[in-house]
Amino acid sequence: MRRNKYGIILPFLAPALILYSLFVIYPYAQAMYVAFTKWKGLRKSPRFVGLDNFEKMLGDDQFWNALSNNLIYLVFLPIITLGFALFMAFMISQKVRFSNFYRVTFFFPQVMSVVAIGILWSFVYHPTIGIFSSLLKAVGIENPPIWLGDPDTALWSIVAVTVWQSAGFFMVIFMAGMLSIPKSLYEAAALDGAGRGSTFFRITFPLLWENTRSSLVFITVIAMDMFGITFTMTQGGPDRSTDVLATLLYEHAFLHSRFGYATSIAMVYFVIVIVLTLLIFRVTRRETIEF
Amino acid sequence: MYQVSRWSAVSTQTVLIGWAVTVIFPMIWMIYSSFKTDQELFFSPWAPPVELQWDNFARAWTKAHVGDYLLNTLIVVVPALLLTLIISAMAAYVLARFEFVGRRFLFYMFLSGMLFPVFLAQVPLFNLVNQLKMLNTFHGLILVYIAYSLPFTIFFLTGFFKTLPTEIEESAIMDGANPYQVFFKVMLPMASPGLISMGIFNFLGMWNQYVLPLVLISDESKYMLSQGLAFMLFKQFYENDWSALFAALTIIMVPTLIVYITFQKQIQDGITTGALKG
Repeated sequence: MRRNKYGIILPFLAPALILYSLFVIYPYAQAMYVAFTKWKGLRKSPRFVGLDNFEKMLGDDQFWNALSNNLIYLVFLPIITLGFALFMAFMISQKVRFSNFYRVTFFFPQVMSVVAIGILWSFVYHPTIGIFSSLLKAVGIENPPIWLGDPDTALWSIVAVTVWQSAGFFMVIFMAGMLSIPKSLYEAAALDGAGRGSTFFRITFPLLWENTRSSLVFITVIAMDMFGITFTMTQGGPDRSTDVLATLLYEHAFLHSRFGYATSIAMVYFVIVIVLTLLIFRVTRRETIEF
Repeated sequence: MYQVSRWSAVSTQTVLIGWAVTVIFPMIWMIYSSFKTDQELFFSPWAPPVELQWDNFARAWTKAHVGDYLLNTLIVVVPALLLTLIISAMAAYVLARFEFVGRRFLFYMFLSGMLFPVFLAQVPLFNLVNQLKMLNTFHGLILVYIAYSLPFTIFFLTGFFKTLPTEIEESAIMDGANPYQVFFKVMLPMASPGLISMGIFNFLGMWNQYVLPLVLISDESKYMLSQGLAFMLFKQFYENDWSALFAALTIIMVPTLIVYITFQKQIQDGITTGALKG
C-alpha cells in the first residue's frame, strides 16, 4: 500500500476537488461578499456598501411579509406533518393488514417532482376544472373559496399540499426507528397491562429520539425553502400572500437584477436555517438510550 | 402483543384507507382526465372521458415539446449521474483507505457542502457559469449537477468503503495488481450496493431538479422536464389547452410511478438511509 501512495491519491481526488471548489466553494465564498454589495446586472461589477442591504431589509415590507410566511410554515408544518406521520407509522407498525400497501402508497409523492405536484394540485384546487370545489358543492357548501386565488386560503392550501407530499416520507423515517426497537420491550409492557396509548408514549416515542431529531431538521429545511411548490402554484401570490424568502430573493435576483440585495436575503435565510438546526440539536440533546 | 379491540382495528383501517385514497385519487383523476376534451374538463370535472382523446398526448409530445424536454433531461441526467458516481467513488475510496496529510480537512470540506442552501450560491453561480460561457449549455448544467451531488455522495460512500473488508484488497495487491486495478476491478464491484443507493438517490434529485436549471437555462429549447412543465402551466393562462397539459403531466408521472413500484424497496431504503445518515 505504501508504494506510490500519492500516485493514486492525487489523481483520484483531483476531479472531485476541482469541480467542488469551482462550482460550490467559490460561489458560496463569493456570496459572503456579494451580500454586502450593490450589484445591478452582470455587466456591472459589485460595489461594496457595508450593511446597507440589511438596513434596507429592516424597512422592507415585502421582506417581513415573506419571512412571516416562512414562520407560519415553520410553526405548522412540523406539528401537522410530523404528528400525522408519527401517528400513521405507529398504526402501520402494529401488524395491521395491508401495511405494505400503505407504506408504498404513502411514500410515493416523495419521489414525484415538486413541479408535477404543484401543477397537479393547482388543477385539483382550480375553481372550474378542479375536483375539490365541486366535491364541496356536492356536500352542500354553496360558495367554496377559490383556494389559490384568495389571499386568505392560498397559504393553507399550500400547507395541505406539503403535508400530502411529505407525510409518507416522515412516516417511513419513523417506521425505520420503530423496527429497531426490540420486541421484548413491547412484550414486557403488554405483560404489565399497558394499552396502546401508554405503550406509544412510554416506549415507542422516547426511543425514536434520533429519528425525531432528523425529521425536525428536514422539516425545518422544507419550511424555509418552499420554493418549487410556491413558484409553480402561486408565484408568491395572490397579493404576496404566499411569498417566501426563496421566491422573494429569486424575484430580486432574476427579475430585477438586484444581485446584491437578493444575496443578502439569502444570507438571512441561511443564518435562520443554521441557527434553527443548532437549536434543534441543542434542545433534543439528551442521553441516547442504549438497548 | 397486547389486545387490539375490533373497534380500534376498524378505526385504524378507516384512517389508513382514507389517507391512501387522498394520496392516490388525485393521480387517478389526472390520468383519466388527460383523455378528456377541454369541454369535458370544464363542465364535468369528475366524469370519466366520453371518448379517449389520444390526440391530447400527441399535442403534449410535439406542440408542447414534452418529447424534447424529456430528451434534454436524459442528455443531462445520464452523464451527470454516471460521472457523479465514479468521481465520488474515487474520492471516497482515497478518503476511506489512505492516510495522508489533510485527509480529515478534505473530508470535512466536502461535508460542509451539505450545510449550505443552494439559494445562497444562486447569484454567484449564475455569474460564474456566465463567465465560463456555459449558460444555456448542457455541459454546464452537467458539471453543476455533479458538483452539487458530490458532498452527500462522497460522505455516504466514504462510510461505505470503510465498512468493506481489507483482506481482498490486500490479496489483490499481493498478486501484483496496481492501485488502479485494485480500485476498478476489486473495490468498485464490492461497493455496488452503496453505489446503487446513491445512484437512486441522485437520479431522483437530478430528474426532479428545478432551481438549478431555472437559474442556468433560459433558452426554451433547452429546458429540463420540470422547467418545461412549469412553463406550460404558465402559458395556459393565454393558450388554453388544458387537456394537453393534463396529458403532459401523465406522460411525466406514469414512468415515475412504474419505476417507483418496481424498485420501491430500494428507493425507500436509498432515500431514508440517505436521509438518516445525512
